[in-house]
Amino acid sequence: MTYKLQFAELLPYWDVLLHGLIFTIVLTIVSTIGGIAVGTAGAAARTFGPKWLDPIVAAYVEIIRNTPFIVQLFFIFFGLPAAGVKLSETAAAFLAMVVNLGAYSTEIIRAGIEAVPKGHLEAAESLAMTRMQILRHVVLKQAFQKIYPALASQIIIVMLGSAVVSQISAEDLTYAANYIQSRNFRAFEVYLVVALLYLLLAIAARAVLRGIGRVIFPKA
Amino acid sequence: MFARRRISPAATRPGLGLGLGLTAAVIAAAVALTAVTARADALAGITKAKVIKVAVPQDFAPFGSAGADLKPQGYDIDMANVIARELGVKAEIIAVTSANRIPYLQTKKADLVISSLGKNAEREKVIDFTVAYAPFFSGVYGTKAIEAAKVEDLAGKTIGATRGSIEEQELSKSVPTSTVVKRYEDNNATIAAFVSGQVDLIATGNTVAAAIAEKSTARPPVLKFVVKDSPCYIGLNKDEPALLAKVNEIIAKAKSSGELEKLSQKWLKASLPAGF
Repeated sequence: MTYKLQFAELLPYWDVLLHGLIFTIVLTIVSTIGGIAVGTAGAAARTFGPKWLDPIVAAYVEIIRNTPFIVQLFFIFFGLPAAGVKLSETAAAFLAMVVNLGAYSTEIIRAGIEAVPKGHLEAAESLAMTRMQILRHVVLKQAFQKIYPALASQIIIVMLGSAVVSQISAEDLTYAANYIQSRNFRAFEVYLVVALLYLLLAIAARAVLRGIGRVIFPKA
Repeated sequence: MFARRRISPAATRPGLGLGLGLTAAVIAAAVALTAVTARADALAGITKAKVIKVAVPQDFAPFGSAGADLKPQGYDIDMANVIARELGVKAEIIAVTSANRIPYLQTKKADLVISSLGKNAEREKVIDFTVAYAPFFSGVYGTKAIEAAKVEDLAGKTIGATRGSIEEQELSKSVPTSTVVKRYEDNNATIAAFVSGQVDLIATGNTVAAAIAEKSTARPPVLKFVVKDSPCYIGLNKDEPALLAKVNEIIAKAKSSGELEKLSQKWLKASLPAGF
């Protein structure tokens, strides 16, 4: 074993790596915002919405949580055009990420909602608060505070899982790694560097999420 | 090669007299000579035995693969039968892999290798090649409506290719800056991108394009231009001028009679490229 590490071989491709890194970061931010919005709507629909909506949301959650992400992605990118819905690989990547995180966060947020003591709801109702007021000030605020760490973990999992979007030629960090590897055949160096970048991304994301948590929930 | 190997151990063995060494050398030379004579007579041998042994690919559709009846079928098998027919002998088809197709020839288990064999300098050192008998190239394919006769015409267009493939690397170097190259993980993803309409242009091998044309009649890929040409040749042992000349003659005849064109249409779903 006399493999000589040659990280200099990666230098000509720094712009490819940077481009991929930015794509992964933007993809994560957008899908986090979209996914939590979908998850909040889904959780609220399941707990407070009309009865007929519950099985629909439940079906969405179960289908997404029980199928591989890559299959969902391929279905959106390669499958949907047959039904007349043609999305670019970037749009397909964003959509798949939002749909995926939406399903997981629906369940996480629902758990938070169900952990809100019944007495709080009764107190709010006796104060003549409207449904939306109760949802916003009493339920969701407490729910988010309780499930925030779980949600943050899920966001990191989704970010790391986003590596899969390289398979439909979306130009994320993993795509950059595969591209460089197909050019200079320095698999060891390329994937080592990219693994480190993902690690740094995950650490940074955790720090950012913790900071956001401190601002939103000052007492926690 | 073989003759030299036979001489050297005897000649270098210590304790052997000069006479004995000479005798050994003479015998070895004689053996080598007979071998050469026998080899030069390969064509005569084939006609006498009324059988020609042809190595064909077992796992490389559409050139050669197992059909529904598990018998080898493909362009190469049909080509072998054409040659056998022209020689007036029976073809004995031997299915080989790409790794062992040349050893089959060298060990005389096959008279000819018709196995989508490309020509290169290393192979030319060990075996001889006939003229090209089948087109094999990677090119830019697209839907009928798209006009692209050369690489410059790709300006502003999006083209899909399999990352790391020869055609992808060639195109990445030569396409205009306004061309978007979508790189997919493997051939299947590239095919899926084209068939599903995600891209209207792809760069791929002519055999892959043939496979798409066969399965997706809605969007048959049409050749726009060739990116890299490496046609297939028939391989045979060195020092077989009679056999080489005869096979070349048969290929030329098949080309002019339109038989090769028919094979191309049948297996590659396309006409022979211009100038083939």
